[in-house]
Amino acid sequence: METLYAITTGVLSACGLFLTLRGRTFPVVAGLTLLSYAVNLFLFSMGGLTTDGAVIVNGGEEYADPLPQALVLTAIVIGFAMTAFSVILAMRARGDLGSDHVDGRKLEESRGDRG
Amino acid sequence: MTQHLTILPIVVPLLAGIILLRSRGGSTRGKRIISITATTLLALVSIALVHEATSGEVTYYALGDWQPPFGIVMVLDRLSALMVLLTSVLALGCIVFASAGDDEQGSNFHGLFQLQLMGINGAFLTGDLFNLFVFFEVLLLASYALLMHGGGKARIQAGLHYVVLNLAGSALFLIALGVLYGSTGTLNMADMALRLSELDPERAGLVSAGGLLLLVVFGLKAAVLPLYFWLPRAYSTAPAPVAALFAIMTKVGVYAILRVYQLVFGDHAGSLAALDQPWLWWLSLATLFVSGIGVLAARDLRLMIAYLLLVSVGTLLAGLGIRTPQAVSALLYYLIHTTLVTGGLFLLAEMIGLQRGKAGTRLVKGRPLQHGALLAGLFFVGAITVAGLPPLSGAIGKVLLMQSASPAQQPWLWPLLLGTGLCSLIALSRAGSTLFWRSSDGEPSDASLTRRHWFGVVWLLSASPLLVALAGPISNYTQATAEQLANPQQHIQALLPDSSLGGDQ
Repeated sequence: METLYAITTGVLSACGLFLTLRGRTFPVVAGLTLLSYAVNLFLFSMGGLTTDGAVIVNGGEEYADPLPQALVLTAIVIGFAMTAFSVILAMRARGDLGSDHVDGRKLEESRGDRG
Repeated sequence: MTQHLTILPIVVPLLAGIILLRSRGGSTRGKRIISITATTLLALVSIALVHEATSGEVTYYALGDWQPPFGIVMVLDRLSALMVLLTSVLALGCIVFASAGDDEQGSNFHGLFQLQLMGINGAFLTGDLFNLFVFFEVLLLASYALLMHGGGKARIQAGLHYVVLNLAGSALFLIALGVLYGSTGTLNMADMALRLSELDPERAGLVSAGGLLLLVVFGLKAAVLPLYFWLPRAYSTAPAPVAALFAIMTKVGVYAILRVYQLVFGDHAGSLAALDQPWLWWLSLATLFVSGIGVLAARDLRLMIAYLLLVSVGTLLAGLGIRTPQAVSALLYYLIHTTLVTGGLFLLAEMIGLQRGKAGTRLVKGRPLQHGALLAGLFFVGAITVAGLPPLSGAIGKVLLMQSASPAQQPWLWPLLLGTGLCSLIALSRAGSTLFWRSSDGEPSDASLTRRHWFGVVWLLSASPLLVALAGPISNYTQATAEQLANPQQHIQALLPDSSLGGDQ
């Protein structure tokens, strides 16, 4: 399970990083979202992965660390709010700057570097 | 009541912010009164906090009475009290200045301003790393909105870069927290310090990776060399009272570095001690060098002040790089000086820009100023202070810092520090002579400056002579603060009375 989990997190963050480095606001926002998913998964796993563990400490038995779950909830809420904000900001920038390039460049110039 | 004093710097702005956001449609006058009252109250509370912290005792406030290391704690020591007081003094100048008219350019200025104060104060008081992240997010979210207050192309574009960079920074922060929690099993800073002193050597690599990732995040907030490119444009386009308040935002980064690497990665951490020191030292010198060039190259007064802010960040981080209590004491003195004076200069630049009409703050020939002599006088005081010339506070801070460098460090620090001082001096005198002397023949602009404008600027700039007059008591306080920081044992003992460093329980 650990291997699968690690690969998932790694692929998500690699995709997120790639998209964040793009020149247009939509891929950047999508990239930040993917990055925050990857981070949430990572945070969730930081207390160690346990299967069939008790939710609450129950004697000496194996139990799942509750703290990362609380932390990841907080991180999800914050990440969600930030995504909403950056979407609105990207739309506002598109309207005000007349282009969806992060540097506000015009379409003709930036079409070349789309590759 | 007194035991709840520590939480008040967070609760007061929170309540004021909620009231202000609820009364969105209300009169501007009412909102200004609420906002200024809340900020004054905050200043009074923080004076009481400093008074309490002067005893040298570290006290904490456990939310819901959940005791550390399990609950969320707010820790009050000399450093956090000092930073909260500094924030409230700066905020008072900014909010009065903003009440002269800047707050009407967009909606919800006062509510956002109070929430921003809540985030900053929370970051200074918290004793828990995850909570530090939460307060960072609070202050960032408020700052995103404040930065774009009033709108306009330049602000939106600078704001977009700022938001994207900081969101990426938040992701890194969480990764660093995950690594640190996974390897030490705690998020409370005092408890983490304790766990590091008895760390399994196999995990040292993981912890140092986490620690250095945190340094990247704090470096982004503090605007150290490879991570500062967002700052000049964001600060020079932001509305003046916001830019002035943002003078404390880079200091939040400096504070976080100071707190985390003195407390968690202190001398007790064995091979992980002073993890940040080599990085900070060289990067701060590079920041000084680059920002000196930036100051010379700036063709706009506000951009120049943004670069002067970067110079101060380089200077502060150099103090962190030296790392002796003497250097920390010097950097705290310099931090008070630079925050207030840079804030005052941002406000002053706005006043000059208002008077020059279309030319604004660009360094070109413009119309003569209506209150030229007064503005020039204030600019002169601000310029002398920020360039670090005697007799004002910048010089004292710099001398203290230069004295604290070891002989091996002096050949690096002295020329760079004095050289950037010279760059600032040249650039500022060139700017001043263009703004005040090289005016065209036109009529002076009739844009009026109100008493609130003058109050804001004079309030912040008068910090500099005061810092000189009270240099003795203030440097005693910063000295005691530095000693308290250099001795994390006391901090840990206050929070976790049953344990001591080294694991001999």
